[in-house]
Amino acid sequence: MHWHARIEKNVILLLVLTLITVSIGGIVEIVPTFTIKSTVEPVQGVRPYSPLELAGRNIYVREGCYLCHSQQIRTFRDEVERYGHYSLAAESMYDHPFQWGSKRTGPDLARVGGKYSNDWHRAHLINPREVVPESIMPPYAFLQETRLGMDDPAAHLRTNRTVGVPYSDEMIANAEADLRAQANPDADHSGLRERYPKVEVADFDGDPDRLTEMDALVAYLQILGRMVDFADAGTEQMQQ
Amino acid sequence: MAQSATAPSSVAPAREYYNEDVVRLFVIATMFWGVAAFSAGVFIAFQLAYPELNLGFAETTFGRLRPLHTSAAIFGFGGNALLATSLHVVQRTSRTRLFGGDETAMFLFLGYQAFLVMAGLGYVFGVTQSREYAEPEWFVDLWLTLVWVVYLVIYVGTLMKRREPHIYVANWFFLAFIVTIAMLHIVNNLAVPVSFTGTKSYSLFAGVQDAITQWWYGHNAVGFFLTAGFLGMMYYYIPKRAERPVYSYRLSIIHFWALIFLYIWAGPHHLHYTSLPDWTQTLGMVFSVMLWMPSWGGMINGIMTLSGAWDKLRTDPVLRFLVVSVAFYGMATFEGPVMSIKPVNALSHYTDWTIGHVHSGALGWVAFVSFGAIYFLVPHLWHRRELYSLRLVSLHFWIATVGIVLYITAMWISGIMQGLMWRSYDQLGFLQYSFVETVEAMHPFYVIRAIGGVFFLVGALIMVYNLVRTVRGDVREEKPMFAEPAAAARPAE
Repeated sequence: MHWHARIEKNVILLLVLTLITVSIGGIVEIVPTFTIKSTVEPVQGVRPYSPLELAGRNIYVREGCYLCHSQQIRTFRDEVERYGHYSLAAESMYDHPFQWGSKRTGPDLARVGGKYSNDWHRAHLINPREVVPESIMPPYAFLQETRLGMDDPAAHLRTNRTVGVPYSDEMIANAEADLRAQANPDADHSGLRERYPKVEVADFDGDPDRLTEMDALVAYLQILGRMVDFADAGTEQMQQ
Repeated sequence: MAQSATAPSSVAPAREYYNEDVVRLFVIATMFWGVAAFSAGVFIAFQLAYPELNLGFAETTFGRLRPLHTSAAIFGFGGNALLATSLHVVQRTSRTRLFGGDETAMFLFLGYQAFLVMAGLGYVFGVTQSREYAEPEWFVDLWLTLVWVVYLVIYVGTLMKRREPHIYVANWFFLAFIVTIAMLHIVNNLAVPVSFTGTKSYSLFAGVQDAITQWWYGHNAVGFFLTAGFLGMMYYYIPKRAERPVYSYRLSIIHFWALIFLYIWAGPHHLHYTSLPDWTQTLGMVFSVMLWMPSWGGMINGIMTLSGAWDKLRTDPVLRFLVVSVAFYGMATFEGPVMSIKPVNALSHYTDWTIGHVHSGALGWVAFVSFGAIYFLVPHLWHRRELYSLRLVSLHFWIATVGIVLYITAMWISGIMQGLMWRSYDQLGFLQYSFVETVEAMHPFYVIRAIGGVFFLVGALIMVYNLVRTVRGDVREEKPMFAEPAAAARPAE
């Protein structure tokens, strides 16, 4: 292959041709997902996470939950029966980063919200084998003991707005108050509920005196899969 | 096993012709991170069998230790092995010292280890992006970018001042690995930090777009970090150790361009039947199946290099590591395309089958070819005539092979079993098994897998012992290696 000798004798040529060769596949597969509108069809009900849910999601990310739990129900009969309606692209459109996962050492969590009580989640996270004897999940009792460390929730909302999540000025201005109100059943929730429809208000960790990481994580788990109401959604929205 | 010394360094002059200091450092780092990665792997494998081993601390949960294991294996063990061998090969095949001077090379070494330490400490203390195989947060990513650019400059600079007309084939693969990893790393880690004094960031992309970007990265971390780079190793160390030329020059040209072109497209097979558009999934599947061809072309080129020297497989356990690694490569690159076919993936995805597949590649291919290269390099780099003991190399080979077989067969069974249990229905049309019943059923296989991991770890410790004695200049008194391999499995004492 005489022609190839030219490439073998020129480092820059080899480098440039290599770079072109390895760029093509990615460009063809990735760019259209940004430009083709039907990639993420809008679905009613999907909203940005409340500050407490976002804080919980950050704990989910920090602990690497995605290593054993997927958040992506595939389009199979058994998965739909086990976990609920298959996942829609719009349901993770505000997830920075996505947490679809690649392994189910534990069950899928895309629609775990509302399936168990807050008390169950708390007991299960403190010691999974207390409620599911055969479980191999690590215990997360320390969440109950750790004060929630989101010092500046407004900054987190603002950063999310920078990357494309439609947090309004009002949401950002009330971030700190909303964070606390969601875990305090005695607070005034009218603003919180208006800003974040279907938000669940509860003393998630059972400890009214403290706002802990347990509060945040359970609040996040309880919203998973509940933003879209599949009874309301018309079938024309389900074409994908 | 005398090596033909090509450099004018036969009696270790004051200053070696090539910069081998940095290569020696990377070799030591490879073994250090290898043992760390295998130990972490064994520990988390036992955690899945016996959850009490999570010990009740945040820092010791499976979720925090698993990225420590994967990063130590891929970037610690694999990365240092690639740096050691690529810097060795590029100097030898260009017949020139590293570009940029010794200080730059030292920066590359220290900078890369700093990256590994920052990443690892981050996981344990909860600083992670939770993007698979791209877990380090934004500041660690920026640091790695700087280190990687230095690597690219050293590498390209050395090739530019080469004193050979041609760039040897191993260097094409190393170069493709370096430049593609740079591209993948930068695009996949685009993120906005919450504050410049904090560790937390939010990824630039979300949902579907984030998923496709991440698996474009994730699959090509396999394709370029764990494949192209190690093929560079194969193209130098197998011909060198077998003292035979590469089987086919034409095949290596086709192998190179076809492999790097096709690999990039394969990412979507990690996202079959998800919210990713169907056309992307199918495209990813088609290219994954096509990828089988260049992969096997490369395998044939590596194995057939032994033409006329097959007897050395019996007498030289170092060459056996190198060649068997290519056989494992062939097996894993057949299994991969099969698993990328959508109906097969419907069963295999989310199960341990994937974990088994990854380890047949990581242990059988990546680790074995690295072991072979390092067994070749150490006597050469420390100016010893031979290894301390070839019989210990053979013992390592057999222990590690048994470990891999235990590992991947356990994962095949548990993965396929779990996949079938998930989709199983009873006579009344209800799902037959609850999720936790499938977890319970996997327990014995998790124990077997962990034992396989122990075998592999013990093999690596034998290797460390053998290498330390080699560096000290010891030579073990033993029967020479010409017995049957089965007999060679037993140590001589």
